[in-house]
Amino acid sequence: MLASIHTAPLEAVGAIPATGAASLAWLLVAIPLASAAVLLVAGRRSDSWGHWLGVLAPVLSFLLGATIAIQLLGLPADDRVMTTQLYPWITTPELSIDFGTRVDPLSVTFVLLVTFVGSLIHVYSVAYMEHDIDRRRFFAYMNFFVGAMLLLVVADSYALLFVGWEGVGLASYLLIGFWNFNPDYATAAKKAFVMNRVGDVGLLLAMGAMFTTIGSVSFEDVLGAEFSAAWATAIGLFLLLAATGKSAQFPLQAWLGDAMAGPTPVSALIHAATMVTAGVYLVVRSGPVYLQSPDAQLAVAIIGAITLLFGAIVGSAKDDMKKVLAASTMSQIGYMMLAAGLGPIGYAFAIFHLFTHGFFKAGMFLGAGSVMHGMNDQVSIRRFGGLSTYMKVTWVTFMMGWLAILGIPPFSGFWSKDKIIEAAFVGEGWHPWVFGTVALLGAGITAFYMSRLFFMIFHGDKRWTKAPEGPDQHPHESPALMTVPMVILAIGSVALGGLLSVGGSFVTWLEPVTGHAEHHEPVLPVLVIMIATIAVVLAGVAIAWRMYVAVAAPMTAPHGSALTRAARNDLYQDQLNEAVFMRPGQALTQGLFLADEYVVDGTAEGTAFGLASIGRVASRLQNGYVRSYAGYIVGGAAVAVVVMLASRM
Amino acid sequence: MSLTNYLVLAVVLFTIGGTTVLVRRNAIIAFMGVELMLNATNLSLVTFSRMHGNLDGQVMAFFVMVVAAAEVVVGLAIIVSIYRTRRSASLDDVSLLKH
Repeated sequence: MLASIHTAPLEAVGAIPATGAASLAWLLVAIPLASAAVLLVAGRRSDSWGHWLGVLAPVLSFLLGATIAIQLLGLPADDRVMTTQLYPWITTPELSIDFGTRVDPLSVTFVLLVTFVGSLIHVYSVAYMEHDIDRRRFFAYMNFFVGAMLLLVVADSYALLFVGWEGVGLASYLLIGFWNFNPDYATAAKKAFVMNRVGDVGLLLAMGAMFTTIGSVSFEDVLGAEFSAAWATAIGLFLLLAATGKSAQFPLQAWLGDAMAGPTPVSALIHAATMVTAGVYLVVRSGPVYLQSPDAQLAVAIIGAITLLFGAIVGSAKDDMKKVLAASTMSQIGYMMLAAGLGPIGYAFAIFHLFTHGFFKAGMFLGAGSVMHGMNDQVSIRRFGGLSTYMKVTWVTFMMGWLAILGIPPFSGFWSKDKIIEAAFVGEGWHPWVFGTVALLGAGITAFYMSRLFFMIFHGDKRWTKAPEGPDQHPHESPALMTVPMVILAIGSVALGGLLSVGGSFVTWLEPVTGHAEHHEPVLPVLVIMIATIAVVLAGVAIAWRMYVAVAAPMTAPHGSALTRAARNDLYQDQLNEAVFMRPGQALTQGLFLADEYVVDGTAEGTAFGLASIGRVASRLQNGYVRSYAGYIVGGAAVAVVVMLASRM
Repeated sequence: MSLTNYLVLAVVLFTIGGTTVLVRRNAIIAFMGVELMLNATNLSLVTFSRMHGNLDGQVMAFFVMVVAAAEVVVGLAIIVSIYRTRRSASLDDVSLLKH
C-alpha cells in the first residue's frame, strides 16, 4: 500500500489594508456589545422591548457580515486577507500591540456562522424565555456572548483574541448559571468557568513564548515567523491546552455536560456557534506554527481522536436528552480537532464540519428545547416516546439534524464528516490506520446514540409521566417563533453541505488562510472508505432500532454492563478530576492555611507576645516612688563609674 | 594640708546627701539632701580648679549655684503646692505616675 505524501506548503497570503465594508469589521463586535450594554444599563425599564433589541443586534451583525463576505467574494483570492488598525492598544518599548481587526475567509466564515445561527437562536429565545421574568437580562448576556465571540474571530492578534476568549468564558458563566437560584446550576457555571481558566493559562503561556521568541503576538508576525523546533512544539502544545479548555476536549472536557444547566437556547449557542468552536478556530488559525512542529500536530490529532471516542461512548449511555447532545458535541468537536491535527489537508474539512455541525446541532438543541417546552421540562428520554404525531415540525426538523449528524448522503454531515474520515486515512506508518479506524468507529457509535436519542423521543410507545409520579403530559407543538428557526436550521442541515461542496468551493474559499493542500491518496480506496462508513452508520442505526423500537424501552435505566455504568458516570471524569486535582488541591490549601496560621502568624504573634511580656516585667520598675527612681539613678551612676574605671585599667 | 582632704570631704558630703535623698520620706529633707549633693560637687569642682591652677572649675561652680537657686525656687513651689492639696509632704504619697 503506497501512499503519496507531500508536505503541503502553507502559502500564507499577506494582509492588505481593508477597504469598504471590511474596514467596518469592528462594528460586528460593537453592535451586540452596545445592545448588551443598553439592556443592562436600562434595566427593568427595557423589559417590554429589550428582547427585540436583543434580536436586532445579531441580525444587524449578520447583515454586515454578509456584506463583507460578498465583498471578499468579489476580490481575487490573494486580496482576501485584510486588516484594519484602529488604534495602538498597548505601547511599550519591547511590545506594541495594535487594536485591529483581521478579515479573511476563515474569520468571515465564523462571523457568518455565529451571527446567522446566533440570530435564529435569539428569535427562538423570544418565545422560549417568554415566561421568565429576567428575559431582558438573558438577552443582554446572549448579545454579550455573540459580541465576545465575534471579537475572538475578527481580532488580528493573539492578545485581542484573548480578550474575546475571556469574554466568551464570562458570558458562558453568566448564562450557564442564569438560573443560579438552583445551587446545582450555580456550581455547574463555576465548574465551567474554572476549567476554562485552566485552558486560558495555556493561551497566556503561548503568548509569553511568542513574545520571548519573536517579540510580537500579532497574527501577521507569528504566522510568518520561523520558530526553532522546540519553541514551535512548546507554542503548539500551549495553544492545544487552550483549545482543550474552550472546546471541551480531553482532558478538560468535564464542564460541558454540566453546562446543560443553562437554558436550552444557551446550550444551542454554546454548542453550535460560539464557545466550543473557539478551540478549533485557534488551532486552524495557528496552522503555520503547527506546520513547524509535527509533534504538536500529532498531539492535536491524538486529543481529537480520544475525545471523539470519549464523547461517543458517554453519549451512548446518557438518559438526559441534553446531555446526550452535549456528549455528541464533544465527540463532533473531537472530529474537528482530529482533522485539524492532520495538517493542511484537514484544516478546511475541520472548518467545514464545524460549519455544518453548527447548523444541525443548533437545530437539534432547539428541537430538544421544543420537546421540553411541550413536555413540562422533562429531559429524560426514557419518559418520552411516540411524540412524532404530536410535534410534527419538531419531529421533522430533528430528523433532518439526525440524518445530517449520521452522515447519510446527501445531508450536510455526509459532505464534511466523510471528508474527515477520508483525510484520517491519509499518511504513512501507523497514523492512518489508528486515526482512520477511530474516526470510522466513532461514526458507528454516533449513529447508535443519535438514533437511540431520536427513537426514544419520537418513536416507540408512550412512556410519559402520569399524575401521581409527575405532571400529566399533554404534548403540543411549539409556537411559530420557535419552529421557524428550527425549520431554517433544518434546511441548512439538509442542503448546506452539498451546496458548499460543489467543485470544492468551500475548500477553495478557505485557501488564503489554510494554504493549498495537495491531493493525497488514502491508504484505502476512497470508495471503500465511503461504503465502510455508510455500512457502519447503518449498522449503528439498526442496533438502536432493535434495542429501543423493536423491543419496548424500559422506563427506568437497567443496571447495565460495567461499560454502560462507567459511561453513565461520564467515564468517571469527575471522580478522576476530584482524586487527581481537587483533593490534593484542597490538601495543599489546608496545608498552606495551617502553615500561615501556625508558622507565619505564630512567628509574628510570638514575637509580639514575647516583647509584651518583657515590657510587663520592665514596667514593674515604674512604681511611682520618687526615691526608687533616685536609687536607680545612683545605681546607674555607680555602674557607669565602675565601667569607666574598668575600661581605664 | 593636702587637697585630697577636700575631695574626701566632698565624697563624704555627697554620700550623706545621697543617702538622705534615698532614705528620708519628707520632701523637704530629701530636698536638703539634693542641695548637699550639689554643694559637695561644688566643693570638688573648686578643689580641682585649685589643683589644676585655672578658673574653669570655679566658673562651673557658679553655674551650679545659679541653677541650684532656680531649682530651689521651682522645687519648693512644687512641694508647697502638693502640701496644699494633699496635706502631706511625704514623697511616698505622690506615687500616681507609674505603669
